[in-house]
Amino acid sequence: MELSQYLSMFIDESRDHLQAMNDNLLSLESNPQDIGIVHNIFRSAHTLKGMSATMGFEDLAKLTHEMENVLDLVRNNKLEMDSFIFDCIFKSLDALETMVEDIIQGGTGKADVTDIVASLKSIVTGEYKTSGAAAGTAPAAAQAPSGIEVDEYQFSVLKQSIEAGHTVFYIEVAVRDDCVLKAARAYMVFDVLEQNGEVVKSTPSVQDIEQEKFDRTFSVYYISRLDKAALEKAIMNVSEIETAQIVQVDHDSLAEMARSSREQLGAEAQQETAAAAAAPAAPASAASSASSAEQKKPAASAQSAPVANRTIRVDIERLDALMNLFSELLIDRVRLEQLASEVRRSDLTETVEHMSRVSSDLQNIVLKLRMEPVDSVFNRFPRMVRDVAKTLGKKVDLVISGADTELDRTVIGEIGDPLVHLLRNSVDHGIEAIADRLAAGKSETGTVQLRAFHSGNHVFIEVEDDGAGINRPKVLDRAVKNGILTQEQAGRMTDFEIDQLLFASGFSTADKISDISGRGVGLDVVKTKIESLGGTVQVQSVPGKGSKFSVQLPLTLSIISAMLVKLGSEKYALPLSSIVETAAVKQANIRTIQGNRMLEFRGAVIPVVSLSRVFDVPDFDESAEAETEIVVIRKGDKLAAVTVDEFIGQQEIVLKSLGNYLTNLFAISGATILGDGQVALIVDTNALIK
Amino acid sequence: MSEEKKVIVFALGSEQYGVEVEAVKTIERMQPMTRVPKCPEFIKGVINLRGVVIPVIDLRSRFGLPETEYTDNTRIIIVSAGDYEVGLIVDSANDVIDLDTDQIDNPPEVVGGIKAKYLRGIARIGDNGLLVLLNLEQVLNKAELLQLSAFHEEE
Repeated sequence: MELSQYLSMFIDESRDHLQAMNDNLLSLESNPQDIGIVHNIFRSAHTLKGMSATMGFEDLAKLTHEMENVLDLVRNNKLEMDSFIFDCIFKSLDALETMVEDIIQGGTGKADVTDIVASLKSIVTGEYKTSGAAAGTAPAAAQAPSGIEVDEYQFSVLKQSIEAGHTVFYIEVAVRDDCVLKAARAYMVFDVLEQNGEVVKSTPSVQDIEQEKFDRTFSVYYISRLDKAALEKAIMNVSEIETAQIVQVDHDSLAEMARSSREQLGAEAQQETAAAAAAPAAPASAASSASSAEQKKPAASAQSAPVANRTIRVDIERLDALMNLFSELLIDRVRLEQLASEVRRSDLTETVEHMSRVSSDLQNIVLKLRMEPVDSVFNRFPRMVRDVAKTLGKKVDLVISGADTELDRTVIGEIGDPLVHLLRNSVDHGIEAIADRLAAGKSETGTVQLRAFHSGNHVFIEVEDDGAGINRPKVLDRAVKNGILTQEQAGRMTDFEIDQLLFASGFSTADKISDISGRGVGLDVVKTKIESLGGTVQVQSVPGKGSKFSVQLPLTLSIISAMLVKLGSEKYALPLSSIVETAAVKQANIRTIQGNRMLEFRGAVIPVVSLSRVFDVPDFDESAEAETEIVVIRKGDKLAAVTVDEFIGQQEIVLKSLGNYLTNLFAISGATILGDGQVALIVDTNALIK
Repeated sequence: MSEEKKVIVFALGSEQYGVEVEAVKTIERMQPMTRVPKCPEFIKGVINLRGVVIPVIDLRSRFGLPETEYTDNTRIIIVSAGDYEVGLIVDSANDVIDLDTDQIDNPPEVVGGIKAKYLRGIARIGDNGLLVLLNLEQVLNKAELLQLSAFHEEE
């Protein structure tokens, strides 16, 4: 089978499952008694195991299998979760992630998992409690008892079926010696069976059978309404099947199975494969892992599995292509609107208006397609903070809010690393050690808040801790020592400026270099990265109370509403989001105060910026006019009046990049294409306000 | 080892220049341009090339040659080099020729007022013709552009 075409699907799904397991495990840690969560983790592990086995990633499958064994004991109340088990499973998840990453990078997904497997096994055998944490090598035989547990669930299914009047069979099918496509034949048998009833359990597992990992025979527990003869006939109808032994299972034999399997629990267990050929009674049921049928059952029996949204995965490049095509369409729409208004034919106008409405709806959808909730970045942080805090011996609560805030996916893809830095920094440097916290009269557990919210055309992400705050004298001292500042400069800085020194390159206040942060390459990297995304980052701090890092990011919407203005023969677009209002004012009202041109506007005096002068526009100068049009713009709480020649109107414009060649342009954030095919530049109004 | 190389030939003043055909996307007629403020002098603006905004450089101005009026023969050669996609305004573009790599020599210090670092080589074509091959990476060198714009701001 050609598997590469399934690889991307495998990668996506494994990531989802790993994430789900991580999330669930975290919630389980805070709520260890909730077996429902264990079920969820188990299901994810199980699916992952099946997928990786199918794809031939043996180590992945092996590790998940061992995890499954542990989880299985837990969900059947045979084992209590404790911190060793949690750590062990977290470690396994890390290893799994590493392997999946390796596969993404084109590797084979192979990794040495013997240590983790050994510790998992020691959990299953219960040895870890006696032999200490890192049990070197557990006896290989300790692998299978889980099979019994799995079967206990199936026993109840079987039992209920019998009680409900269904017939339960144990069927052993042997394919012919000379059969070429054993897996295919087996599949056909399963197909026949599933048409007439339900396979509860198969040995070997369905995955193994699909991979031809069985000798000649396989056996199933099967619930059906058919009678034995009809069943036998149906199975034998599949060609190349040698025999089909069918034994009906009743109450007594079921009880027998249950008892002998319990005896099996303490005793040494059977290897999976050995059990395949075993007799109908106990041993067969004692072996093997869950089958796919087993996986279906819990879902069917309405466990607390969250109902997933119905989604499909789309290559991001296709979305980009869609976006580009749509922007072309938008340009034509504007052009059509212009033409229609010139032609003045009512039926044309109506059609164009309808088209406009449809395309605005389409625009909303296309834009939303590119938006992703920040949750997809945030969801890995609880785990990370937990690990970091644990390493440092601190107690930290991470409180996330606004995880449903949406951001363009290009930004989402880039923002993860900077946030990791900020969070690590907060846990490492922000939150004090437990003793220090208690001494300062704070609670033992520190809190790190991670917030995301929309404001205007920006998304803010804040990381706030209730730690010690920034030690300003130490920061200054360090900055001077590292040659970032002179002593003289240091004396003149405001508290706010001192705080921002944290982002200077080659700066670290940690006395000891730790694994977590403090190599002096943290925060300046964060700053560079965020600025490259068109955002800003700053920090505010109150000594003794904590620090707050605020990251401001553009939504980077590809389509924005803008006001088009004219300056002589040139046209410019001003983003509507930064415009407060437009007005016409008399030149006489613009006064020069201390060399700056100012305007009294709604009770405040605001600076006047001449766009034509800023941009050296050759054929327009508003000073010749008696009355001039102004656009009042806003940056934070600062206002300014920008003088222009003429307003053209409000329009939806498509943001176009100016390419890689033109960068660092003053007060220009991009370009757009107007209805007449001309390029108009988009003014970065923030640059006009100092 | 000699190789055949296709080269687009264009004119600046009296000299013939060439760029590898692989680097050329299209050749456009002169068209209205949107001026970009606060840019080096030689960046004449941006054009809309089928939905993509592309900056346009006047090659004469880039090389410090005297600028001339644009005529019907003036062309914009859209080239892509490295990460950049840029239009080059040239006096005319009229030919594609095959060039043997053996014919290409190292450029002399200055050709037609253009420094050697912008040139990849010089080739003899026909009986008396000389073709100067441009080094696009250098012509579009960003570091130099930054220096120039810093210089521009000081002005």
